[in-house]
Amino acid sequence: MSVVDRQKWDVVVVGAGGAGLRAAIEARERGARTAVICKSLFGKAHTVMAEGGIAAAMGNVNSGDNWQVHFRDTMRGGKFLNQWRMAELHAQEAPQRVWELETWGALFDRTKDGRISQRNFGGHEYPRLAHVGDRTGLELIRTLQQKIVALQQEDFAETGDYESRLKVFQECTVTRVLKDGDEVSGVFGYERESGRFFVLEAPAVVIATGGIGKSFKVTSNSWEYTGDGHALALLAGAPLLNMEFVQFHPTGMVWPPSVKGILVTESVRGDGGVLRNSEGKRFMFDYVPDVFKEKYAQSEEEADRWYDDPDHNRRPPELLPRDEVARAINAEVKAGRGSPHGGVFLDVSTRMPAEVVKRRLPSMYHQFKELADVDITAEPMEVGPTCHYVMGGIAVDSDSAAARGVPGLFAAGEVAGGMHGSNRLGGNSLSDLLVFGRRAGWHAADHALARTGARPHADDAQVDAAAAEALRPFSAEGEEPADGPPENPYTLHQELQQTMNDLVGIIRREHEMRQALEKLAELRARARRAGVEGHRQFNPGWHLALDLRNMLLVSECVARAALERTESRGGHTREDHAAMDRAWRNVNLLCSPTDPAGGFAAADAVRGQITLTRETTEPIRPDLLALFEKEELVKYLAEEELYE
Amino acid sequence: MSSYEARFRVWRGDVDGGGLEDFRVEVNDGEVVLDIIHRLQATQAPDLAVRWNCKAGKCGSCSAEINGHPRLLCMTRMSVFDREETITVTPLRAFPVIRDLVTDVGFNYTKARQVPAFVPPAGVGPGEYRMTQEDVDRSQEFRKCIECFLCQDTCHVVRDHEENKQAFAGPRFLMRVAELDMHPLDAAEESGLDRKRTAQDEHGLGYCNITKCCTEVCPEGIKITDNALIPLKERAVDRKYDPLVWLGNKIRRRS
Ligand SMILES: Cc1cc2nc3c(=O)[nH]c(=O)nc-3n(C[C@H](O)[C@H](O)[C@H](O)COP(=O)(O)OP(=O)(O)OC[C@H]3O[C@@H](n4cnc5c(N)ncnc54)[C@H](O)[C@@H]3O)c2cc1C
Ligand code: SF4
Ligand code: SF4
Ligand code: FES
Repeated sequence: MSVVDRQKWDVVVVGAGGAGLRAAIEARERGARTAVICKSLFGKAHTVMAEGGIAAAMGNVNSGDNWQVHFRDTMRGGKFLNQWRMAELHAQEAPQRVWELETWGALFDRTKDGRISQRNFGGHEYPRLAHVGDRTGLELIRTLQQKIVALQQEDFAETGDYESRLKVFQECTVTRVLKDGDEVSGVFGYERESGRFFVLEAPAVVIATGGIGKSFKVTSNSWEYTGDGHALALLAGAPLLNMEFVQFHPTGMVWPPSVKGILVTESVRGDGGVLRNSEGKRFMFDYVPDVFKEKYAQSEEEADRWYDDPDHNRRPPELLPRDEVARAINAEVKAGRGSPHGGVFLDVSTRMPAEVVKRRLPSMYHQFKELADVDITAEPMEVGPTCHYVMGGIAVDSDSAAARGVPGLFAAGEVAGGMHGSNRLGGNSLSDLLVFGRRAGWHAADHALARTGARPHADDAQVDAAAAEALRPFSAEGEEPADGPPENPYTLHQELQQTMNDLVGIIRREHEMRQALEKLAELRARARRAGVEGHRQFNPGWHLALDLRNMLLVSECVARAALERTESRGGHTREDHAAMDRAWRNVNLLCSPTDPAGGFAAADAVRGQITLTRETTEPIRPDLLALFEKEELVKYLAEEELYE
Repeated sequence: MSSYEARFRVWRGDVDGGGLEDFRVEVNDGEVVLDIIHRLQATQAPDLAVRWNCKAGKCGSCSAEINGHPRLLCMTRMSVFDREETITVTPLRAFPVIRDLVTDVGFNYTKARQVPAFVPPAGVGPGEYRMTQEDVDRSQEFRKCIECFLCQDTCHVVRDHEENKQAFAGPRFLMRVAELDMHPLDAAEESGLDRKRTAQDEHGLGYCNITKCCTEVCPEGIKITDNALIPLKERAVDRKYDPLVWLGNKIRRRS
């Protein structure tokens, strides 16, 4: 069976979003021959959908901004669970990463004096988001894509081959990271177009596959977000960190049903949009939690003055971190003060002139006009929470982005954990992609180039096993009929999404999570029988059948970790443990495979596939702690952490 | 608020050929054509191939032809059609089919590589770029492009003329040349690269006879012809036929 095409590279990057492309650029510039693999076409990764902006303390609009303030905001947003060294590097390096984009041709919106303009966003003390209208992700992806092309043009001039040092394998899916002993030796995947298998051998692999939102029914995420990288790492023996933290963005579209979940960017609020309930009340004033009381306006008048005079007024509560706003909307709807289609009202029409709306929020205008027949310059939008981002992810070393326990494996972007703690601030993802994408590419290149002598090898047995696993859905039907009838992968996917949405969603309860774990076990057994028709050429049914393994694995991580953490913090809200508990502040939950040798398709439906371990986080460095007032730290940190 | 059953004809096949297949399928309030294709996958044709990503008109993956018109499947609402009408969905005609609604758009990636990249100005470091909003407006308009390639598909220069593909970059990539040419800090000229000339000589600007079909199909509403192609033509013509203009520009820039 192992007549699989094999190629040798120095660094393989799985994922061509912001993190993957930035990693690839760095690795290639440091002299590593680099391959990038992505599921969709080059330039179409999920990052393209990002709207609001890139957070970086450049201080162009308010010169009071600097990395320390950004660091503080990030830690507050994450409720102090962030891997603080990541938050520090991120705040320090983000401006450099944004400026560098300009030298590659990016065109951001400008300030009056010709610098990069920055906008307000939830949880950021100063206007901080570099942006291009509401299509910042597109600008980011296109700039990185064009930088890759620029490097390929250089290589062409030198070697006569555009792809001699940097190649993009588009529409290919990786299903396994291969190993030689403990070390990474490459990846196994299939071409979507032809269904052919291939192996790229490399001593360093960067995982940059993005998030997991497609396991939830209402989500702003695209089909790519099946948690592949999370699963690839687990299967390769690298643990996942704090998977219970899933961000529900407060404002997704709620109507019509077919667009439910599509994002309404936070810039709508950053630029002046307000939230109202069915009684016309700006309800967010009632939901400012104690830890943020001093930082947010108490009256509508003060909130409105803030837009023009931010130095003498406090910000409107609509700009609280996302977890707070999402919970508030949820509570309003539950209390019967929702909009006709089960959301609340988000209004810009009474806040600014129509032309300003169209200029500053062009895609939102377009999106509502085209998809919902709503003219946002004349009427309010209806919005509600939507699954948006996963804070949990592959546990990595802060400086090098190296995954734990598997030499040669690196991770960056949404798939990596730690940076955002329990809740991510808007705009902090795009900057995260750039900062840690670059670091992952750098250290992956170093790792690969430092290896002299024989490189790790991907043996045939592993490759054969990976191929057999990938072909299973074609023979699923007819196999062991006693087990039950063949299953439709689309049906399984829908049931999984419903389960996660209803039972491990925005508000969580112990008995529901237990129910979810049972349902996941049942789905796992049925997924063994997921069968597909047709052949291997561009067959979406087959692709989905393979993605199910990853979604089930990752969903179990989320459910188990959520059940374990008996407090509410950031993107994890427990109805039965409604308060934040300082004792949990320094606890990380790690997910690892229960049976590393077990191949994971193991038929045993009852026993889980995931084992949880608790780990105490590294104490926050004193000079970083000193950036906060003692009174604030008392709210978050455990007694013993304060007096060390 | 009501569901109904629509008639769909979807092209199915691969490089070896294929044909239109008839379906009857449920349609609900507010749905777009892509929803219906997905319903076909989930209920009747699990292996029906289609590209999509964002389902929000942002990634440009789901391009196809609906009743012969190049469109994004995710931004075409079912409510624009008559309920009795049969809706025909076919792959982009200008590109070779791979399977069902998925075509090989490699042509576009090849052309993208042939446009020389942004040339950063010498001596201006990261963080030192200064440009006014007015100066970047035009290029920003072109950077709204989501690379759906609908304009490439519709342009008659290549739509039914495979032989022109070699010489003609298509509206998307001529617009890319214009975008770089209008970038306030692009230093191509200083590096000896005349972008306007390459548009004419290497990317086939001369083939375009400003029919504006590309502008009509652009889901981003970019005025490709008026704002990119025509100005590029005017400037290219200046350069090509008027050595004095060329010299004058050169001298002014230096001083
Ligand atoms: C609608 C929306 C708006 C957003 N707006 C903002 C914003 O304004 N600011 C902000 O900071 N953040 C924003 N975010 C979040 C941010 O966009 C994402 O977190 C970020 O883009 C993720 O980037 P990434 O590089 O990690 O992954 P992605 O861009 O998702 O890329 C993942 C890549 O991995 C590939 N891949 C996945 N699995 C496999 C596999 N098995 N084999 C091969 N390749 C694979 C995919 O094809 C893709 O190329 C937004 C998110 C959404 C959904
Ligand atoms: S205007 Fe030019 S590029 Fe556009 S469709 Fe017509 S001929 Fe093609
Ligand atoms: S210019 Fe418009 S039609 Fe052409 S590829 Fe870009 S977005 Fe699509
Ligand atoms: S799916 Fe992204 S544009 Fe249609």
